[in-house]
Amino acid sequence: MAEVRHTIERPLSPHLGIYRPLINMVMSIVHRITGVANYVGALLIAAWLVAVAMGPDAYATANAVFGHPLGKLVLVGYSWSVIHHMLGGIRHLIWDTGRGLEIGAVNALCWTTILGSLALTVALWLAGIAARGGL
Amino acid sequence: MSMRTPLAKVRGLGSAKSGTEHFWLQRLTAVANLFLVSFLIWLLFTLAGADYDTVRRTLAKPYIAVLLVLLVLSAVTHMRLGMETIIEDYVHSEWLKVAALLLNTFFAILVGITCVFAVLKLSFGA
Ligand code: HEM
Repeated sequence: MAEVRHTIERPLSPHLGIYRPLINMVMSIVHRITGVANYVGALLIAAWLVAVAMGPDAYATANAVFGHPLGKLVLVGYSWSVIHHMLGGIRHLIWDTGRGLEIGAVNALCWTTILGSLALTVALWLAGIAARGGL
Repeated sequence: MSMRTPLAKVRGLGSAKSGTEHFWLQRLTAVANLFLVSFLIWLLFTLAGADYDTVRRTLAKPYIAVLLVLLVLSAVTHMRLGMETIIEDYVHSEWLKVAALLLNTFFAILVGITCVFAVLKLSFGA
């Protein structure tokens, strides 16, 4: 008996490995990733509050850690994560009202989230540098 | 024909065992966070690089302390709910999932109470 295998080229249900990345799906997962980063980053805020409550020595230590170049890098990243998640959150709240769900509006809101968060983060740190005359 | 049992029907709940509370509280705390996190960014911006006494006296001001406590409660509730969704999405083994949900709740409460204690100590304590 000859075995004849017919492979029929049926359309497959699309999945992540096949899709070309689109701005809306990237922003969807980045909202989740920044949510997790903010979750872990809450420890930074807690550490700072505890250091202040403990006294001048602990506060000086915290300042030294946050003031170290690596500390600053973490703070820049954390501030972007919080700002990005905040703008993404506004987008979600708009969608929750049933508005902005046409594909054009979806993409516009997603681009606003990423570009707006980058712009606001840069503006925040530049303003800080300007106010203190240095990083 | 419905596949649901009469008991499931009267309870009106699916496999999640709860209704819209999770969704609603996530949104409520999201709106609160919008204001309270903006406040935190402003506070940290003005206090960055300040000397110890300035920071301590600022955090001890009643309206700052109250806003900080509100922020901590809202953020910790929000992040716990958010992480709960993530765990339910990705952790499929029942035991691991229960353990992760447990740790998530412990973490949120620990962070929350620690922050609130620190703020109140600055307001009421030495
Ligand atoms: C700054 C204001 C904030 C707003 C407006 C906001 C808004 C939101 C919204 C609307 C969601 C639901 C998204 C969805 O259904 O997919 C969400 C999810 C989440 N948020 Fe926030 N959030 C804020 C701050 C925070 C903070 C400070 C944290 C952590 C400390 C956080 C952690 C999370 C996490 C872990 C999730 C779950 C993400 C997911 O399920 O994909 N958020 N946020």
